Parts: sequence; C-alpha cells; structure tokens
Amino acid sequence: MKPTHHLDYSTLLAHAAGTLDEAFSVVAVSHLAVCPTCRAALREAEALGGTLLEQMPGADVSAACRTRTMAALEGVVPPPPAMRAPPSALPAPLARLVGARSFDEIAWKRKAPGVAMFDVTLPPGARGQLKLLRIGAGRAMPEHGHGGEEITLVLKGAYRDHMGRFGAGDVADLDEDIEHKPVVEQDGDCICLVATERPTRFKSLAARLMQPFVGI
Amino acid sequence: MYAVMESADKRQDDEKQRLETLFRNLIVRVAQQRDRQAFSQLFDHFAPRLKSFMMRKNTSAELAEDLVQEAMIAVWNKAGLYEPSKGSVTTWVFTIARNLRIDRARRDVHMPMTELGDYDEPSEEPEGEELLGRKQEDGLVARALQSIPEEQRQILILSFVDEMPQSEIAARLSIPLGTVKSRMRLAYGHLRRILETGL
Repeated sequence: MKPTHHLDYSTLLAHAAGTLDEAFSVVAVSHLAVCPTCRAALREAEALGGTLLEQMPGADVSAACRTRTMAALEGVVPPPPAMRAPPSALPAPLARLVGARSFDEIAWKRKAPGVAMFDVTLPPGARGQLKLLRIGAGRAMPEHGHGGEEITLVLKGAYRDHMGRFGAGDVADLDEDIEHKPVVEQDGDCICLVATERPTRFKSLAARLMQPFVGI
Repeated sequence: MYAVMESADKRQDDEKQRLETLFRNLIVRVAQQRDRQAFSQLFDHFAPRLKSFMMRKNTSAELAEDLVQEAMIAVWNKAGLYEPSKGSVTTWVFTIARNLRIDRARRDVHMPMTELGDYDEPSEEPEGEELLGRKQEDGLVARALQSIPEEQRQILILSFVDEMPQSEIAARLSIPLGTVKSRMRLAYGHLRRILETGL
C-alpha cells in the first residue's frame, strides 16, 4: 500500500542537496524506498541541483587533471552489479545498520510498560540519533512537543493522532512545535524508526518516554 | 516585447534540449562502446563546472581537481546505469558529485547505507508522458530558478551548492530555522507550479 503521509518538502530538498544528518537520511531513504510520490518529488529537487551545477561559472581545469583522468580510465574495472538484498522486514539501509532482517532478531530493551526501544548504532561522527521504538497495541505514546528536529517512520502496525492514521511506510515529518499524542491501534504492536537530533541539545527520547503515561 | 522575451526563452530551451540530446548520445557511446572521445567531450563540459562546485567549501584547487577526476571516472564507470527517465544527464552528474562530497565528508564515518540507489527500483517504468516531461524539464527548472524570489534562491544555493545544512543556513543568515524550511517549501512549490503548468 502506498504511504499517505509524506516527507516534508524541506526535508526532501535537504536530502537532494546531500545535507541531511545521517540519522535523518536513513529514515528518508527508508520512506523513499516505499513511496513513489516522494521519489518523484526527490527527482525534481535533484533537478534543481543539476540546473545549479549547469549554471556554475566554469573554473579552469588544468591539463594535468585532464590527462590524469583520461589515463586513469585504462585501469578502471567497473564494479560488479550490486547484490539484491535478501528479503527483509526492515528497509534495506536499516537492515544493514542493525544487522537484523526481522524485528524478532532485535535486542529490544524494555523502557516502560508496553514500550521497548533499540538504539541503532550509527558510525562515530554521524549526526543525529536513530532509535527503533515498539509500542504495545492500544497504548498511547507520552504526550510531548517535539524538542528539536524529529522524523518518525512507521515500519509495522499503525497509530493514530490528530493528523490521522499512520501505517507502515507513513512518515511523520513535523515541525518541532507541534504537540501530538499518538495512540497505537488495537490489533497489534506498532514499530517506528525515529530520528532525532543529539540529546545534548534537546531532551532525549528516552527521558520523554519516562514521563508518566497518559491513560488510554 | 512579450513576444521577444518568449522567443528568447524558447531559444534557451532549444539550446538546452540540443545539449541534453548531445549528452545522452555521449553517455550511450561511453556506456556501450567505451568511447574515450565521447568521454573527453563530457569531461570538457562538466569538469570546469564540477571544479567550481567542489571549490565552494574552501576546498583547494588541487583537492577540487582530485574530486573532479573522481567524479568523471564515476561517470565513465556508471554510464551504463544512467536512466534518462529519471532526469537529465546534468542532474545525474550532480548526484554523482553530491554523493562524492558526502562520501568525502563522511570518510571517517563510512556510511554506505545511505546509498541513494537503495530506493531505485529498476522495475519502475515511466509512462511515455513522463518521459516527454523529463525532456523539457531542465528548461523549466532553469526558468523556475530565474523567476524565484531572491531570498528563496539564496537558500537553494547555500543548500545545493555550498552544502550547508539548514541549521547552518539559519545561523549564517541570522533567521530562524523555521524560516529556512518555509523558504525551501516555497521554492519547491514554485518549481512544482512551473513544472505542472509549463509557465
């Protein structure tokens, strides 16, 4: 099923420009993998980059650079075609990072009743934080304003808030001042991938999860 | 007066289409015949642009040329993967240069998982209509960039050319992050309108 909640255009443009923090890129790419609408929009955004490149004033390129490049073509061995990733419940970029192909293989840490979390380790130096979140059926997530940038992608199950229903593939790419109170649907757990900024500047997701739960 | 402007626009569009057709033929020759002469023509067009693109972030001329070389070798290597339905040759070269800059910035980070190819399903066949749209797209994108308000254009350049994250743009221009984002949305909306209406 095609997603109905999409990436914000400012996120798509930043992704096209190559300036999105790594944690956010993983979420963006995981959504793009299942969303033809955002893929089409991304290509348009990339065309902006192409046109800006075309309009760059040319800098003189040394003859040596040209010669080196032409000479280097001799030794070039085209890389083998990429292997198709094995089928996985996780989006390919996430599966590679986590090293798991199903949600059962993940070493979940219980954080609160009905709430489990897994910190996705990003390579050192990568910007942003990435977490998997598993919320039990019918449970409400703690009410919170977004402290800083945050993007959530639903991987499994669904939740509802005032914006509507968010099912697998849907992304909540919201302004930080929006308050929301998602409630997971009754028929099963909801697993989300959440990218946030570093907690040194903002209250961490873990801290927010420790806040008292709102009754269902 | 209006007619004159229109014909100038048309001439520009025709010239862009002529170039784009030329580039596509050159890419095909590189991909299928490993044609070095075709490659050198691509090099002469793109290398100077790539060099100024690479030099925007205080990169030395020497390092910029290394990156130009790397980008052009990627063009040689990946020519067979270029798909006209997904955008112009120029846009494809931009994505190669962009990925290279990301890789370089992340050299110590090593994050191959954001490979943009991850979501490029080969099965996705564009409609004929879409293909036609792509042909004219570059002219329209250029027109959108010409007619966009300066404050939005500036954000696009800082983002796409100067590789600045939104938070850095906000700090540089002393405006709230939300303003950077809303200008980006407006810029995309402007582009969208021009692509849809062709005006």
